[in-house]
Amino acid sequence: MGTTEVIFWFLTAVAVFSALMMVFSKNPVHSVLWLILVFFTISGHYLLMNAQFLFIVNLIVYAGAIMVLFLFVIMLMNMEGDSEPRKNQWMTLAGIISGGTLMLVLVAALKDTGTQRQLVQMKEGQIGLIHHLGMVLFKDYVVPFEISSVLFLSAMVGAVIIGKK
Amino acid sequence: MTNHLNLLPYLSIDFALLFEKLLLIIVVVTGSLVVAMYTTYAERRIAGFLQDRRGPNRAGPFGILQPLADGLKLFMKEDIIPTSSSKWLFIMGPGLAMLTAVMTGAVIPWGSALKIGEKVVSLQIADINIGILFIFGVVSMGVYGIMIGGWASNNKFSLLAAIRGASQIISYELAMGLSLIALLMLTGSLSMKTIVEQQMQGGWGGFLGWNIIYQPLGFLLFLICAFAECNRTPFDLPEAENELNFGYHQEYSSMKLGFYLFAEYINMFISSTVMATLFFGGYDIPFVNEANLANHWGPNIVALLGTVCLLIKSFLFLFVFIWVRWTIPRFRYDQLMDLGWKKMIPLALANMVITGAIVLWLNK
Amino acid sequence: MQALTNRVKVLDQKPLTFKERLYLPAIFSGMLITFSHLFKKKATINYPEQKRPFSPVFRGLHILNRDEEGRERCTACGLCAVSCPAEAITMESAERQKGEEGLYREEKYAAKYEINMLRCIFCGLCEEACPKDAIYLTETFAPANYSRKSFIYGKPDLLIPDPTKEPEAFAKAQGGIKAHKEKVR
Repeated sequence: MGTTEVIFWFLTAVAVFSALMMVFSKNPVHSVLWLILVFFTISGHYLLMNAQFLFIVNLIVYAGAIMVLFLFVIMLMNMEGDSEPRKNQWMTLAGIISGGTLMLVLVAALKDTGTQRQLVQMKEGQIGLIHHLGMVLFKDYVVPFEISSVLFLSAMVGAVIIGKK
Repeated sequence: MTNHLNLLPYLSIDFALLFEKLLLIIVVVTGSLVVAMYTTYAERRIAGFLQDRRGPNRAGPFGILQPLADGLKLFMKEDIIPTSSSKWLFIMGPGLAMLTAVMTGAVIPWGSALKIGEKVVSLQIADINIGILFIFGVVSMGVYGIMIGGWASNNKFSLLAAIRGASQIISYELAMGLSLIALLMLTGSLSMKTIVEQQMQGGWGGFLGWNIIYQPLGFLLFLICAFAECNRTPFDLPEAENELNFGYHQEYSSMKLGFYLFAEYINMFISSTVMATLFFGGYDIPFVNEANLANHWGPNIVALLGTVCLLIKSFLFLFVFIWVRWTIPRFRYDQLMDLGWKKMIPLALANMVITGAIVLWLNK
Repeated sequence: MQALTNRVKVLDQKPLTFKERLYLPAIFSGMLITFSHLFKKKATINYPEQKRPFSPVFRGLHILNRDEEGRERCTACGLCAVSCPAEAITMESAERQKGEEGLYREEKYAAKYEINMLRCIFCGLCEEACPKDAIYLTETFAPANYSRKSFIYGKPDLLIPDPTKEPEAFAKAQGGIKAHKEKVR
């Protein structure tokens, strides 16, 4: 077991633990903080695969920007135990069923893909470096990339319009 | 034999490298702490001079022991954790602020390289090819120090200040990133070391290669954003005394407060160094050809001179930080947002488009 | 409306011009102003080492004067207490006994003489009222203290040193009084 594997298993353990803590902690702010830790560990995994750009972008965008906005909203809301509406039992059941279905689909999808046999390139993969990523994004996938930017633009315009109302 | 011991030979760690980097990390961290300490002293002293006063001059000759006295005072103060605060987060806040402040120093090239015997020791902790992005990532983590501290204090003013601070930092991070993109178009690299080495190639011993000559607007935008990111006047709204009492660290006392204040000064130092590195040639000694000089004096002396040069540049920026603080009054919150979103971002975009067009035209 | 003086400045409420909205020129000129202050003479002094000269009419803590032979000049006539607008001075008189001629100048003297420095307004009326040159206001001011009681200055605090015992200290105190008199005149 080399250094990389040790770090990998450590990060994995922390990621799973903090993901569970995120689900089970009562305080929503704590949940968000655990989620941030999850993002950190996943970024660590990116780094192990030598995907430095993905590592840092995951940190900047998810842990740095989106989770801050989450925290904003949660901190400003009054999260008292009493104010939470009582849930219908049918709702709980529906939640369990839909969640279970989703998990089933995910497991099935993972089972069918060839990931089990194909090992992840550790340490020396080049695809995650910014140079290669740029080449791929702007040469092979220019059209989808630009279309997704239009999607973002339309989302922003929509937000502005809703905000103006 | 336990399994534990068996593991060691398989862990392929280069211990010489580890030791070298560890030493460098210690030097950089203590260095930035000492600089931050003396920035507090310089701040008070320069504030005194700018206001026709004398500033602190009692502790030691010219008062140079003042930061030690301040630190000792902070250590000795009673450490209060409010009963209604959430304890662990309350402790975590200043720790995070300090951690993120210190971490940025890792990707800054503090000098070229020392040659000890056969070994070449780079004066940069990590030359990763996403250096600038790393700084952005760490800075965006810095928000959590403020937010967690402000929220965990369980105080309205702290919370308001924390939210102000966070939204301010997020807003200005955008403009900061956009202002840098134009620079990155010129350099074509995100690695800090490459950027410095490119600047050293310019005429007049590197002086004409400095990016400030090609990116004046970008530098101005970056400077303004750096002020906002460090929560310095005129953007020190998270600490606005007259409306939020003491800002997000209102409930903090003793060394936890000290950590917050210290983190601010370390951030200032690091952003000064980043500005010096990106726009002012980093460890490039202006009007001097380093390669020639290295032949005369040996590479080690030149490398150290380069480090001194970088430090001088960043101290000048620190002076600007302090100078601006005692000149310009604080922005109102809506003015701050207005400036950030309606002026800085369009200007940065325009700068980006113009630079892009020129680069395309020149490369044709 | 007609202006009353020619110093009136009309407030200009036009919207900012483009140059003004750039802010930067104004910021730079402001920064130049603050920078020039780096080299200006400091308005403050290093206090305990350096002291500012008092104004000639400065009135500080009181002293009770002695004559050249070390006798107290005060006769407890009470004029100072009467003149005191803050009623800070109280005294008790006593008759001089045989053998005390070296201590008191006249037949009557102040057995107790107290000034409440918290009440005193340092107007100097006591000094003007005194017919015997016995009370003067000096150039020291009352030091800080923890209790109110300590601000009631009795005779031991107020009397200047005895010339027969401490001639140098007496000369110093007398010199102060002389300089004070000349300045006031």
